[in-house]
Amino acid sequence: MNHRKSKNRPVKWFDFKRNWQLWLMLLPAVVYVAVFCYGPMYGLQLAFRDYDFSKGLTGGAWAGMKYFEQYFSSPMFWPTVRNTFTIAFFSLICGFPIPIILALVIHSLKNQRWKKTVQTTVYLPYFISTVVLVAMLQILLSPSTGLLDHILKATGLFSESVNFLGTPSAFVPVYVLSGIWQMAGWNSIIFIAALSSVDGQLYDAAKVDGANRWHQVWHIELPALKSTIIILLIMNMGGILSVGFEKTFLMQNSLNKSVSEVISTYVFNVGVKSSQFSFGSAVGLFNTLINFVFLMAANLTAKKTSQISLM
Amino acid sequence: MNRKIHRKKADPADRIYYFLVAFLSAAAFLIVAYPLYFIIIASFSDSTLVNQGQVLFLPKGISFYGYQQIFENEQIWNGYKNTILYTAAGTALNLAVTLPAAYVLSRKQFRLRKPVMFLFVFTMYFSGGMIPTYMLVKDLHLLDTPWILILMGAVNVYNLIITRTFFENSIPDELYEAACLDGCSHFRYFRSIVIPLSKAVIAVITLYYLVGHWNDFFNPLLYINTDSYQPLQIILRNILLSNQAMAGVTGGGASGYAQQYADQIKFGVIIVSTLPVLCIYPFIQKYFEKGVMIGAVKG
Repeated sequence: MNHRKSKNRPVKWFDFKRNWQLWLMLLPAVVYVAVFCYGPMYGLQLAFRDYDFSKGLTGGAWAGMKYFEQYFSSPMFWPTVRNTFTIAFFSLICGFPIPIILALVIHSLKNQRWKKTVQTTVYLPYFISTVVLVAMLQILLSPSTGLLDHILKATGLFSESVNFLGTPSAFVPVYVLSGIWQMAGWNSIIFIAALSSVDGQLYDAAKVDGANRWHQVWHIELPALKSTIIILLIMNMGGILSVGFEKTFLMQNSLNKSVSEVISTYVFNVGVKSSQFSFGSAVGLFNTLINFVFLMAANLTAKKTSQISLM
Repeated sequence: MNRKIHRKKADPADRIYYFLVAFLSAAAFLIVAYPLYFIIIASFSDSTLVNQGQVLFLPKGISFYGYQQIFENEQIWNGYKNTILYTAAGTALNLAVTLPAAYVLSRKQFRLRKPVMFLFVFTMYFSGGMIPTYMLVKDLHLLDTPWILILMGAVNVYNLIITRTFFENSIPDELYEAACLDGCSHFRYFRSIVIPLSKAVIAVITLYYLVGHWNDFFNPLLYINTDSYQPLQIILRNILLSNQAMAGVTGGGASGYAQQYADQIKFGVIIVSTLPVLCIYPFIQKYFEKGVMIGAVKG
């Protein structure tokens, strides 16, 4: 027995002779991350330099905070930040609780066949691409010919056609609700998995104590989901400003641009389309930093209040 | 036991609960299923009737003209071919890079496990951003080549964590110790023991990677200019969204006939482009909850 233990003892980290196979297996992933993740981080100095076409990425003269100041004082600063926050805030507030409720509902279904049917159906929209989702919105919500228009008129809720994708005030609701339609089912998987691992004896004990189904949700099921909820909430906070580029970009049109221009689409428009590389990098870095601050703040709060945190 | 059954019948709060559950599950089912069902029936119904709101539950004026047009469209076929190529090659690369790395990071005798893991996880929350990445791809001369669509995202850190957690929790250490005593190398152990025991998690990350490649719109938008390299999603955008803008401008009358089929084609394109990913899902589904559950322990 002692011999076996010695086989498994930790070895020095530079012990290539013994562990070269492990190093070789890790190599492709390390190379990829070094080049495609840390490479661009090195390239972030572009945000502090004037881009010089002849000298390449790191050859331009230092410009200090010039491009950040340019962004902060530009007329697009406030609209892009406000739009990003609005979309992110409502996506989080409305989108976060629904998968939890959906998981509680699915977990409570007793008819196994109906349960499977509901589960499979609500997972389906996850597989639809953003392009197809936005196309579906355009077709189904189109004024006078769309499905929603017919339904709203038939039920008498609206008497006139509404151009949902062209009205600025409808942009955020359409964005958030379609996001829930697409992702709520998929996001509920993790909660359903957590619920199915709850010990059945807890329910029996609760029943003996006279707890009804609502008490069981409150005292057994929600506590069982607590750590998953907190971890996911922290991770979502870290992405508060990384509003999906694809969907915003595809839903954007000249009529709703006042509410649909977010930081990432702005970076694409000024950075890639108009080749202002340094300015675009600076705006992108600002976005990343805000996200990072939010993540750290959420992580710290969770650690202090519930002893649950990332890392 | 008697007491339990008695309680179930008597408690009105429970009845409200189960009524609400039945109602919400039916609502969730209808809200998701109906739009999908509508698109299917609209894809082979008369577009004029669809636009008038007469096709709601059953197809009317059945015609497969839209599908016929789609199958004769070379652009769509080319996009399809490219997407299949990028998805197959990209997913194969993803697995070839992610699985061995996850194995190494799950081995306790690999001392640099924690610092390396930290460097991976850090990239989840901090990145160079769109422009520096674009400049890097440009400097590597990968701009406007199919390679970039295969290479980009070779390792997804989230999938790496899921896989590593699965290896740590589901494959007993004793197996490695026994194999080690028999003189089994890491390569051999990984190939003959770890991979065959990890079908569930491999199914899950394959699905994630595959859907990611199939639905990718951002990378081709940013990095590809040449038409013949464009994947399906870009072609779809051109057909579904740009067309919509044009139809809005030209509107009714003269283009009525063309417009009618343009609409039918749109419904058809949505189905034709989404069907392949949906077909894969049932095969992977049986591994799904097991894989997600085990991998998700550490979130």
